[in-house]
Amino acid sequence: MSEISLTVNGKRVSGTAEDRTLLVHFLRENLGLTGTHVGCDTSQCGACVIHVDGKAVKSCTMLAVQASGSSVVTIEGLADGADLHPMQAAFKEHHGLQCGFCTPGMIMTATDMVNRHPEGLDEATVRAELEGNICRCTGYHNIVKAILAASETMSSKGKARQAA
Amino acid sequence: MYSFNYHRAASVADAAKLLESGDAKLLSGGMTLIPAMKTRLAAPSDLVDLSHIEELKGIEVAGSTITIRAATTHHDVASDEKLKKACPALAHMASRIGDPAVRYKGTIGGSIANNDPAADYPAALLALDATIVTNKREIAADAFFTGLFETALEDGEIVTAVTFTAPAKAAYEKFRNPASRYAIVGVFVANGADGVRVAVTGAGDSGVFRSKEIEAALATNFDAAALNGVKVPANDLMSDIHASADYRANLIVVMAKRAVAAANA
Repeated sequence: MSEISLTVNGKRVSGTAEDRTLLVHFLRENLGLTGTHVGCDTSQCGACVIHVDGKAVKSCTMLAVQASGSSVVTIEGLADGADLHPMQAAFKEHHGLQCGFCTPGMIMTATDMVNRHPEGLDEATVRAELEGNICRCTGYHNIVKAILAASETMSSKGKARQAA
Repeated sequence: MYSFNYHRAASVADAAKLLESGDAKLLSGGMTLIPAMKTRLAAPSDLVDLSHIEELKGIEVAGSTITIRAATTHHDVASDEKLKKACPALAHMASRIGDPAVRYKGTIGGSIANNDPAADYPAALLALDATIVTNKREIAADAFFTGLFETALEDGEIVTAVTFTAPAKAAYEKFRNPASRYAIVGVFVANGADGVRVAVTGAGDSGVFRSKEIEAALATNFDAAALNGVKVPANDLMSDIHASADYRANLIVVMAKRAVAAANA
């Protein structure tokens, strides 16, 4: 057993868990943050993607104890109160989901993707970068559309901030 | 996953000491070890986490000598500006390992210590004639990769860095399994001061190997056309549901041609 303390969506949290507890289970079961999903449990589908210290990782392939001391952002931490994050808004606007199971992982991967490509995104890049996220409904077309749209919104907001 | 005790090492010396407890294993990015533990293919009593050791991270480029510390992630290798100039082939190879989330966690040291027969880094280090530095000694890549998931590493030995001389030209091409994305065949070609070296991953019955047929054909003429008609024997190649040994033998020459063309481009 280990004492695990980390920052999740801006709040300091701590708990005790077995060393073998996966980060995704710690988030879901100890902290009740069930937005992060367990899909394949074999690091292929990406439904469990969250940000650890600013990097999109698969929380089914990381131990909770490895993340102790880190800062974690989950899907629950993206919106600003009632205002959706631009990526969430774009998924809603462009119908970037069907059953919705893969959506939290898709959105966390997509926000990281936009951050890593300040020069902007094109369709080929988005499709290549979605390598580690699987949508069993095969709704990729609208997911790609949503990410491209959000990438525009996020970069124009960034530019507006810089200008201001 | 079976129960184990987790330890976070503060230094390489600390990790070496912790490694003495029970049936301990080193944990770097965990992109292979954690899945193996989940399926109970691996069941260490203790895990020694290397990922918080600062002395194990970073890339140095001094002239043509490149040193990559062992806990450097694939993402950092792929995006390092100095490395992209000095040895673009290796940075590009790292950018195509797994997926973006895996590249943020997986490390060069973890990959070569595991020596998966379909991993990309073993081919790169063998072709680049790299030296693997451990906490005890230096090992030439030719002597390091000894078989399927087997290396020259001894108990208690920790990979700390890899170092090599940037070749004038190099490239890596792989034919990926459409489901797993692992290489069915991957070929790294390097044309450096000491000649042409060609290493093949994904195909060998005993893991990564150098193709003397392709090296011989390229030695005097580093051009894709020099490989026309070259045959690689299928005797020691893998056959599985994805590809027969004969298919892989042919694919090795095809990937080598593409790699040479990319290196010359």
